[in-house]
Amino acid sequence: MSDFDLTKAVETARPMPQLARQGFEVRALKSGLLTGLTWLAALIAAVPLVSVMYLLLVKGGSRLFGADFVEVLTGLPPAGFELGGGIGPAIVGTLVMVGIASVISIPIGILAAIYLGVLEPRSWLANTSRFLAKVLTGFPSIMAGVFVYAVLVIHWGYSAWAGGIALAVLMLRTVVLAAEEAIAQVPQRMKDAAYGMGCTRTQVIWKVVLPTGLPGILTGVLLAVAGAAGESAPLLFTALFSNYFISELSEPTASLSILIYNFSGMPFPNQIELAWTASLVLVLIVLMFNILARLIGQPKV
Amino acid sequence: MANLFASAGSASSVSGPPSGSDYAADSIFRGLAWISAALIIALTVYILVEILREAGPAMQAHGVGFITGTTWNVNTQQFGVLPEIWGTLYSSLLALFLGGSFGIAIAIFLTQDFLDHRVATVFRTIIEMLAAIPSVVFGLWGIFVLIPLLKPGAEWLHGQFSWFPLFSTDLAGPGMAPAALVLAIMILPTVAAISVDAFRRIPYKVKEAAYGMGTTRWEAILKVMVPTASSGLLAALVLGFGRALGETMALAMLIGNANQISLSLFSPANTLASLLASTFPEAGQLEVQALMYAALVLLVITFIVNVLGLAVQQYTIRKFEGKK
Repeated sequence: MSDFDLTKAVETARPMPQLARQGFEVRALKSGLLTGLTWLAALIAAVPLVSVMYLLLVKGGSRLFGADFVEVLTGLPPAGFELGGGIGPAIVGTLVMVGIASVISIPIGILAAIYLGVLEPRSWLANTSRFLAKVLTGFPSIMAGVFVYAVLVIHWGYSAWAGGIALAVLMLRTVVLAAEEAIAQVPQRMKDAAYGMGCTRTQVIWKVVLPTGLPGILTGVLLAVAGAAGESAPLLFTALFSNYFISELSEPTASLSILIYNFSGMPFPNQIELAWTASLVLVLIVLMFNILARLIGQPKV
Repeated sequence: MANLFASAGSASSVSGPPSGSDYAADSIFRGLAWISAALIIALTVYILVEILREAGPAMQAHGVGFITGTTWNVNTQQFGVLPEIWGTLYSSLLALFLGGSFGIAIAIFLTQDFLDHRVATVFRTIIEMLAAIPSVVFGLWGIFVLIPLLKPGAEWLHGQFSWFPLFSTDLAGPGMAPAALVLAIMILPTVAAISVDAFRRIPYKVKEAAYGMGTTRWEAILKVMVPTASSGLLAALVLGFGRALGETMALAMLIGNANQISLSLFSPANTLASLLASTFPEAGQLEVQALMYAALVLLVITFIVNVLGLAVQQYTIRKFEGKK
């Protein structure tokens, strides 16, 4: 009966597997090699950032933290072979145009986000405008410039208004999407509780949704402001440039990013130094808003 | 006692239905929100209509020849953007190849337990800061750091391998290579962020199961994690490509604005966006119309790429969240 040995058959059919990892197995070596390559890739990716930061501090810092920093921050841009000078008009112009853009886009953006996030999240209108806001995010920023050129600049010429509105077009999509995400995080129970007490939808939004979602909304708004401050393509042919301080909003206006663009192509060392200084100031402004956004948006423990 | 009951129905009560002014405020506020949401649709339509209207005369004058033409001459009224379309696609593809592979490598680095949780957070913040640096600053960096750095290498490659199409010209200053490199740096954060998101969506037990079967870390990554996240990674690449197509300032400063089609990495070229940036401010009426047509071409290209990317991303989200 027992000429069929069960254990033996199994042994020959399938030898006991070697479960312990071999020291120098090809698989293990391959894994180690790839891990090393990944570290290398991460380090290489960090090189540009470190290099940009280093040069900004060294080349831009030499003027900004030097003896004549008051002149650099408040002076007019130098002409041709002129020495000295500063980036005052550009700093003011950037702040003014970002201000215009914020005043236009933040209220509209948050109101639209309320509609998308609370009032009618599933309606045709909400779905369409949500989709279009996402599509707008992928639009090249220069399109905002082209659009404002066609609508405003052709008729009324270059102005701070045109620049600000072009930036507002770009900020709107960021504000809407970020604010909607923040509003969507507000728990349904809180809203239900408020409705249960007989609140109108407006009261629920003002007393429950907005206060609860505020940190997230602020983060989105500040990131949008940071993005707008760093933009240059939409200002190129809407605000143009100016060598003087802004006196009227209907005139061509200087901005930091356009100053960097213009001065980077000039053959004068003084202008190039100022371009680096302007870059440092611009990056500091942008990073300030970024860091502020992160601090506000940090989840509370 | 009587006083107590009398006060229950009076104005001092804390409860009551919304008053008339509450209703009015509610409708006004909701109306405003509706208008704002509708405004986004109106704005998008307006942008399209306005650019179409301005491009109209040029579209009638040049037709399809605009897309296949290779000269841009204001004096003879010849406008063609084939070199710009070529430059846009070529620079973006090069950037996608570099920035995409590094971006996905970094996403793996950040999500697959290579780093302590806190170190990974710091590293992610650094990558996000890379995204915050304005385009012009990268352009400035490219002009004064990257181009001088690339020159000796480019000279050597051109000297040794000038028969090879990629190295057929010398790097005289601005050119395709520095432009594509900066573009790669600029899309890296986009690709990395969306890829990190894709890896995060994979339930942890999938990785546990792979490790439990005795895979090495990289077998788990390459055979389980990457295939599972593949649609998310594809979305990251497509959206990164979309960003590269529309990037303007750094390219206008680095690519050399030369109206030619060349495979060489070191020859100057041009892109649609940098053509707009460099010619728009000084353009006359007819040239502005041609530029509007060029803007429309760019708009159509980026629209297709972005909608494709969004569709893939939406598919990924549904794939992981729909099966709960």
